[in-house]
Amino acid sequence: MHPIAKLIVQRVSLGLMLLFAASILIFGGTMMLPGDVAQQILGQSATPESLANLRESLGLNDPPVARYFQWLGGFLTGDLGTALTNGRDIAESLGFRLKNTLFLAFWAAVISVPLAIFLGLLAVRYKDRWPDKVISAVTLTTISIPEFMIGYVLIYWVSIKWGMFSSVAIINDGMSLAEKLNAIAIPVMVLTLVVLAHMMRMTRAAILNVMQSAYIETAELKGMGMLKIIAKHAFPNAIAPIVNVVMINLAYLVVGVVVVEVVFAYPGMGQYLVDHVSKRDVPVVQACGLIFAAVYIGLNLIADIVSILANPRLRHPK
Amino acid sequence: MNDQLKFLSSKVTKGLMTRREFVGRAAALGVTAAVANTMLSDAAKADGHATPKRGGMLRVASDGGESTNTQDPALTASEVPLNNLRAWGETLVEVTENGEIDYRMAESVEASADAKQWVFKIRKGIPFSNGKDMTAEDVLKTMERHSNEDSQSGALGIMKGIAGMKVDGDNFIVDLETANADLPFLMADYHLMIQPNGGMDDPGAAIGTGAYTLEIDEPGVRHAFKRREDYWDSENRGWADEIEQLVLNDATARTAALQSGQVHAINRVDPKVAALLDRAPNLSVQSASGRGHYVFIAHVDTAPFDNNDVMLALKYAINRQEMVDKILRGFGSLGNDMPINSSYPLFDDTIPQREFSIEKAKEHYAKSGHDGSPIVLRVADGAFPGAVDAAALFQQTAQAAGIPLEIKREPNDGYWSEVWNVQPFCASYWGGRPVQDQMYSTAYLSTADWNDTRWKRPEFDTMLNAAKAELDNGKRKEIYSQMGRMLNEEGGLILPMFNDFVSGVSNNLGGWVTDGNGGMMNNKAMIRCWVNDA
Repeated sequence: MHPIAKLIVQRVSLGLMLLFAASILIFGGTMMLPGDVAQQILGQSATPESLANLRESLGLNDPPVARYFQWLGGFLTGDLGTALTNGRDIAESLGFRLKNTLFLAFWAAVISVPLAIFLGLLAVRYKDRWPDKVISAVTLTTISIPEFMIGYVLIYWVSIKWGMFSSVAIINDGMSLAEKLNAIAIPVMVLTLVVLAHMMRMTRAAILNVMQSAYIETAELKGMGMLKIIAKHAFPNAIAPIVNVVMINLAYLVVGVVVVEVVFAYPGMGQYLVDHVSKRDVPVVQACGLIFAAVYIGLNLIADIVSILANPRLRHPK
Repeated sequence: MNDQLKFLSSKVTKGLMTRREFVGRAAALGVTAAVANTMLSDAAKADGHATPKRGGMLRVASDGGESTNTQDPALTASEVPLNNLRAWGETLVEVTENGEIDYRMAESVEASADAKQWVFKIRKGIPFSNGKDMTAEDVLKTMERHSNEDSQSGALGIMKGIAGMKVDGDNFIVDLETANADLPFLMADYHLMIQPNGGMDDPGAAIGTGAYTLEIDEPGVRHAFKRREDYWDSENRGWADEIEQLVLNDATARTAALQSGQVHAINRVDPKVAALLDRAPNLSVQSASGRGHYVFIAHVDTAPFDNNDVMLALKYAINRQEMVDKILRGFGSLGNDMPINSSYPLFDDTIPQREFSIEKAKEHYAKSGHDGSPIVLRVADGAFPGAVDAAALFQQTAQAAGIPLEIKREPNDGYWSEVWNVQPFCASYWGGRPVQDQMYSTAYLSTADWNDTRWKRPEFDTMLNAAKAELDNGKRKEIYSQMGRMLNEEGGLILPMFNDFVSGVSNNLGGWVTDGNGGMMNNKAMIRCWVNDA
C-alpha cells in the first residue's frame, strides 16, 4: 500500500475508535447526572405515583448496559428513536436542527475564513507597521469580549438603534434565502468576530515562522518581491498549521455556538442539546453528543490528512 | 381631570409625548403615578384603542419553553406550553381577573346543599377544531384521563378528592368524597382542557374548542396558530387572524425583540430592567400582583426547625421590605409567612404583618437554646430569580441577630429533585393556587405529597375540611383566618415576598388587562388582545 494511503486508513480507523470511546463517555456522563428524566419532566409537580408511572412507561427501569447497546444498534441503522420527553422522532427533530446549525456555520465560515487568511497575509506584509497593529488590536479585542456581550451590543446598535437586521434569528422553511440571511446577519457577525482572531493570528504566525527559513532568505537574495515570496514560497509551507486552526474554528462554529443560539433564539443543535440535557433525555443527548463528536473528529481528520498531503516529506517517501 | 392633563394625555396617545414624561408632568400637578396611569388608559380608550380590532398577526415572545415541550395538557408545566393550551383549548370554567368564575364549556354550575355533588351543565353545539361537537361525554373522558392513577397529569392531585363522575344528558356530574365549596375553581386548572374523547387517543394533537388551531409546532422555537372561523365565542376572543409565540428564554433577547418592534408583548420582564424599559416611548411595562411567592422552607419535623423559637428567630430576622425593594425592585409585595395574600378570595387582612426585628430575633434565638452550630440554607438561582442574592441578604440580617445562618449554593440542575422537598432548609417558589383550599390542600395538608415544610397538624387538617364543607363565606373566612395565623406563628414557611407578574407590552397592542391569576393575563393575552394597526 502507498504510505499515504496507509496513513490515511490509520487515521480514519483511529477516528472511528475515538468515536466509539466518545459514545461510551457520553453515556456514562449522562448516567452521572443527578435526578432522572421522569423527575425532570415532572419537576416540582412530581408525586411518587406519577414518577413511578412515568419511569415505567419510559423504560427507565431497564439496565443501563442494555439501553446503551439498544441505542447504539439503532444509531448505526439510522434509527435514533424517539425523545423520551415529548415522544418526537429524534432523527427528524435533529435533522431540522443540524441543518440550521450547518446553515449558520456555513455563512459564518464563508465570511470568516477568507477574511482571516487575507488579514493574516496583510499583517505579514505590513509586519510591525500600522495595518498589522490595527488588525491585531481589533481582532484580539473582539475575541476577548464574551460572545453574548458582542451579541447584545450588536443587537442594541444594529437592530434596535439602526433598525437594520432582525434581533430574533428564528428561521423556517417558508422563508426565502434573502429573508433567512437577514435573520442570521447579526449572529453571523458575532461568530465572525469571535473566530477571526484565532485564525488570523495563526496564519500570521505560521507564515512568519516560514519566513525565517533559509530558502526564503535565498528567494529574497534572488531579488523576488515580498508578495510573491509570501504567496509562492511561504504560504504553501504554512498550509498545515493554518488548515489545523481553520478546522478547529469550523468545528467550533458547529458545536460551540450554544451561547449565540440562546441570545438570538436560533433553532440550532446547541439549544436543543441543552434543553434535553436538563431533562435527562438520554437518547437525544447521546445522539447530539455523538454528532458533535463526529464533527470534531471528522474535521480534525481532514486537517490531519491535508497536512500529510501538504508535507513534501510524506508526499515523496524515500 | 383638569384641562391641562387632558391635553397632555391626548398628546401621549398621539405619540407626541412619552408615558414617562406624562407621569412626570402629572406629578408636578399633584397627581400620583397610579392616577396618572389610569388617566392615560382612559385617554387611550377615548382615542379608540379600546375598540377591539379584528385581523392581523399578533406576536409574543415568551420565556419558559424548551424543545422538549409537548401539546399534551397533562404534561404542561411551564409558560410557553401553557400559552399554547389557551390558544387551542378551553376548560369547563375559567377564573376572571376579578377572581370570579367565567363559564366556558360549562354554561352553569350547581352544587347540592352539602357541597358534595356538583352538576355542570355543558354547552351545546360547540365544535372541536376537528369538526366534531363537544359533549358531556368528552368532558367525562377528559376528567377520567386526568384522574387515572397511571396518568402523568399535573392535575392528578386535584382529581383525588373525587369519588365518582358521570354524565346525565348534557350534565356532567361530580360526586366528592368530602364536601368542597370551591370545586368550580379547581375545574379551572389549565391541565383540564376539554379534548375529544378526553385526549385518550392522541393527547398532544392540540384539538380543542379554543379560538385558534395549531399550524406550526416547533417546540423550543416557535408555535403559530390560525383563527377559527367557527369559534363559538368570537365576540370576546380571538381577534388576530394569526398568532405566533416565539420562544426566547434569554431575557435580553426578549427585551430586544419588544424594543425593536418584532413582537407585541413579552413575559417575565427582568425587574432589574423594568424601570428602564418603561421609559421607551412605544411600550409599557405591565405588572400584576398575584399569588406567586418566593420562600425559604424549613422542615418543621427536623432539628433545629422543630424548635419553634428557632423558626420565629429566623422569621423575625428577615427584612421583607429590603427583599421586595432589592430582589423584586418593587415589583411585588410583602409576605407574612403564610401562602395567602389579598389576591385570594376570603383573605383576612386583619392578620398582623410580621415586622423585621433584630431584637425579637435575638430574643427567640436565645430562648430556643440552639447550640450555635451553623443553620444551613440551600439555594440556587433556579429556585427563584435572585434567590442567591436574597439568601445573602437574609444571612446578613440573621448574623446581625447572632443567628449562624450558612448559605450553601446548589446547582440549578437537579434542584427540584435533589434539594427541594429533600433537604431540611432551602429556597423555593410557589405559583399559588386560585383558592385557599387548593393552596393548603396541595402543600399544608398532613398527607399532601408536596408538603414541603413537613407541616403535619391534625387540627389544621380538621379546619381545612371544615372550611371545604362550609358554604357560608363569613364562617369560611373565619376558619381560613385561623389557619393563616397558625402557619404564621408555627409554620416552617418563611415567606418574605409575593412576586408580581411583569410583562412588557407594545402600545400597538389593545385589550390588555391586569390579571394576577398568572403571567401574560393568565396566559390569555394572545387570545384576548388585538393588534391596533391590524
